[in-house]
Amino acid sequence: MDQLHAKNIVEYLEEQRQKETLRFITCGSVDDGKSTLIGRLLYESKCIFDDQLKALESDSKRYGTQGEKIDFALLVDGLEAEREQGITIDVAYRFFATDRRRYIVADTPGHEQYTRNMATGASTAQLAILLIDARKGILPQTRRHHRIVTMMGIRHIVLAVNKMDLVGYDAAVFNRIEADYRVFAKDATLDTLQAIPLAAIHGDNVLKTSEAMPWYTGPTLFEHLDTVDVSHTAAREAFRLPVQWVNRPNLNYRGFCGRIAEGKVRPGDAVRVLPSGRTTTVRSIDFWEEQLSEAEAGASITLTLNDEVDVSRGDLIVAADAPPEVADQFQVRILWMAEEPMVPGRSYWMKVHAKEITATVMEIKHREDVNTGAHLAAKVLNLNEIAVATLVTSQPVVFEPYTTNRILGGFILIDRLTFATVGAGMVDFALRRASNIHWQALELGKLQRAMLKHQTPRCIWFTGLSGSGKSTVANMLEKRLHADGRHTYMLDGDNVRHGLNRDLGFSEADRVENLRRVGEVAKLMVDAGLIVLVSFISPFRADRQTARELFEPGEFIEVHVDTPLAECERRDVKGLYAKARRGELKNFTGIDSPYEPPVAAELVIDTSKDNPEACALQVLKLIEGR
Amino acid sequence: MNHYQQLEAEAIEIIREAVAGARKPVMMYSIGKDSSVMLHLARKAFYPAPPPFPLLHVDTTWKFQAMYAHRARMVEESGMELLTHTNPEGLKQNVNPFTHGSNYHTDVMKTQALRQALDMHGFDVVFGGARRDEEKSRAKERVFSFRSAGHRWDPKSQRPELWNLYNTRTRPDESIRVFPISNWTELDIWQYLHVEKIPIVPLYFAAKRPVVKRGGMWIMVDDDRMPLEPGEIPEMRMVRFRTLGCYPLTAAIESPATTMEEIIAETFNTVSSEREGRLIDSDQPGSMEKKKQEGYF
Repeated sequence: MDQLHAKNIVEYLEEQRQKETLRFITCGSVDDGKSTLIGRLLYESKCIFDDQLKALESDSKRYGTQGEKIDFALLVDGLEAEREQGITIDVAYRFFATDRRRYIVADTPGHEQYTRNMATGASTAQLAILLIDARKGILPQTRRHHRIVTMMGIRHIVLAVNKMDLVGYDAAVFNRIEADYRVFAKDATLDTLQAIPLAAIHGDNVLKTSEAMPWYTGPTLFEHLDTVDVSHTAAREAFRLPVQWVNRPNLNYRGFCGRIAEGKVRPGDAVRVLPSGRTTTVRSIDFWEEQLSEAEAGASITLTLNDEVDVSRGDLIVAADAPPEVADQFQVRILWMAEEPMVPGRSYWMKVHAKEITATVMEIKHREDVNTGAHLAAKVLNLNEIAVATLVTSQPVVFEPYTTNRILGGFILIDRLTFATVGAGMVDFALRRASNIHWQALELGKLQRAMLKHQTPRCIWFTGLSGSGKSTVANMLEKRLHADGRHTYMLDGDNVRHGLNRDLGFSEADRVENLRRVGEVAKLMVDAGLIVLVSFISPFRADRQTARELFEPGEFIEVHVDTPLAECERRDVKGLYAKARRGELKNFTGIDSPYEPPVAAELVIDTSKDNPEACALQVLKLIEGR
Repeated sequence: MNHYQQLEAEAIEIIREAVAGARKPVMMYSIGKDSSVMLHLARKAFYPAPPPFPLLHVDTTWKFQAMYAHRARMVEESGMELLTHTNPEGLKQNVNPFTHGSNYHTDVMKTQALRQALDMHGFDVVFGGARRDEEKSRAKERVFSFRSAGHRWDPKSQRPELWNLYNTRTRPDESIRVFPISNWTELDIWQYLHVEKIPIVPLYFAAKRPVVKRGGMWIMVDDDRMPLEPGEIPEMRMVRFRTLGCYPLTAAIESPATTMEEIIAETFNTVSSEREGRLIDSDQPGSMEKKKQEGYF
């Protein structure tokens, strides 16, 4: 490009303003010459500064594989270096421009363990370059890349057959690879498919037509990227605005802010607010200090409406005569992105456009082998695996099928405990309630309820003398568990004797019945998924054994609060020991009624030796370790 | 939509989304050209309301005088609240780039000071003007960059970003740095400033200024706090700045460009990438990556 002078800057700026942006992803591995190709694109488009080029020249001499020539791969090899060091393997974004277009390139590693990274890069790309080593032809990796990018909704593919120099620039090799690819790609919905023979290392067919391959009459890579028509071609361009923010600077202004996901809008247009369904018309389209006469897909604007309708973040304002669907059950495709597997029945936060709700995968219909496309049975979904599943949301969601609109059909799942983004999904279609109630598919039990609470239900049974510190420790433990986001309940004499067991006294039979009921209530609560803390003197081994047998192995944790009698009597918080010593209180444990210490308690603590915090932490450590 | 409308619409969408998910957002304001673009975008995102967050300037006290003047002007014009913070410890010890070196100065007066300010106010969403084209380690930076307690950037715990769906959830002590102009290039910034007629610090335009040559770079003598080395005599040269930081750490380039048009022309024809003028990027190998892990923007 010629040197630019200040006097023709106006002309230049006008040129820049006319440029569109094309976002694409490169799929391939280093072995296919991916870094070399990207480096070559940056170099040929003159997007390498002189100081970078100088560094590149010296790096090439030192580390390069191309002798005295420049090794373009070194420009972009950051990612591969990371792989060797075992740290972040990620999506790197690179930028370059030609006279026609601006480009944003998502560069991701191509191996199977980086499927999620490729999906991330593909989610915002309009076009994919599938890189193939001419010597190797179509590999399982090529099929995987094809499957990921088409699943993510990319409809323009460049089949870049690289390293043609190493097969003697043979047309037959290229033609065979293209034919092979067209066979297995025939079912994909593609708008354009362009195969180009390249030798990226020498620049053949990158910017300039290759002299070594006169048999190829198609466009060079740059010619194709600069001219391919990627404009959105939906049959119906109906207005959709996901509302991100409600702007209320004063009582007279209510603006609804968002980025138009599809279609156009003009003042006066009839619109509908979803999910409520209320209709009104557009008063104005506000943007900064001006009012627009029209706004189109991709614009971030503020709408004001002619009627006072209720609109909140997460709602959609849409063309009144062409509203999208609203549903709460869907068939979806999910790509799992977390180490911890996805389990049906567990609930996650779901973010779809500006709406955040909770969602549960009810059933995995099948898993898809990412290399072959084969349908496989699956109970859980592991990292980098893809499945077709049914999903139920806690509230109705306004959506479009992903193939119709990527913005309104794509969603992410967020773990409710770690807050990590764990899954990416695409809505295929809504399941109608009448025909598709899959609730029966999921047996609701203790496991499912507990999973919703992200915890292991347990009964922690504190036993010990009156005044030993059972309730103090149990209270402290409950607060700590609560702070950690656990769902708990505490059963003790105070809340049980006053209600459920109001009819019971202190005779031996009543005391047995008292503990039997407490055990049964604790069991119901554990079944509901709770962590139940029981704090009762419960002096008799047989009663505690009866309670223990109500639970599954490992669920019942007996904590013996073994504070010496002398210490309990010294504390005598409620004055009960004094009363018993005076003979005013009969059958008092430790005085005239025995306490049978546990033979094999899960934990023994002593509040005369450790303070209550330390004791509570011992219990916490025990249950966390299980 | 053309290229600039797309970049602008994307940035506004990001800013609105971050604010919608935030408990207490703030925008870093460094007075430079990227900050000027950010401030402009924020005002556009929420107009006619002012942006629902304050600006935060981590002041090393070593900014150019012209920058302080510009800061005052923009605060006045935007009607936004400005918070400033200087590391009190650093101030007490008189930490400065001359006697302590750029590394230590940056650590104490920028990185540590930033952490102090964020902790003091408890911000959970912090807007920054970083761009992916600036430096190698930024190319893979998220738009929503997650920071664990202590503001650490852990490359392993970054959240995948698909489509325009950003996970804005944080616990107390955790925060997110949000970079709305991630996908802008230096040229985009200049062109946007030009098209939108956004005011910038005059130091970006060439003028005769007193400079000395150190390590092959022109360093401007902004005030009498700068100690001159033996034999160094400031000379008046036509210089301007492509990037503005602390004045002894930011080198000027010789240039005749006195108008926005000339700057864009010069930038477009430029022969060295932008951060070459920033001394802190090259004072140790992999230094940007390191500073980021410690909490630098």
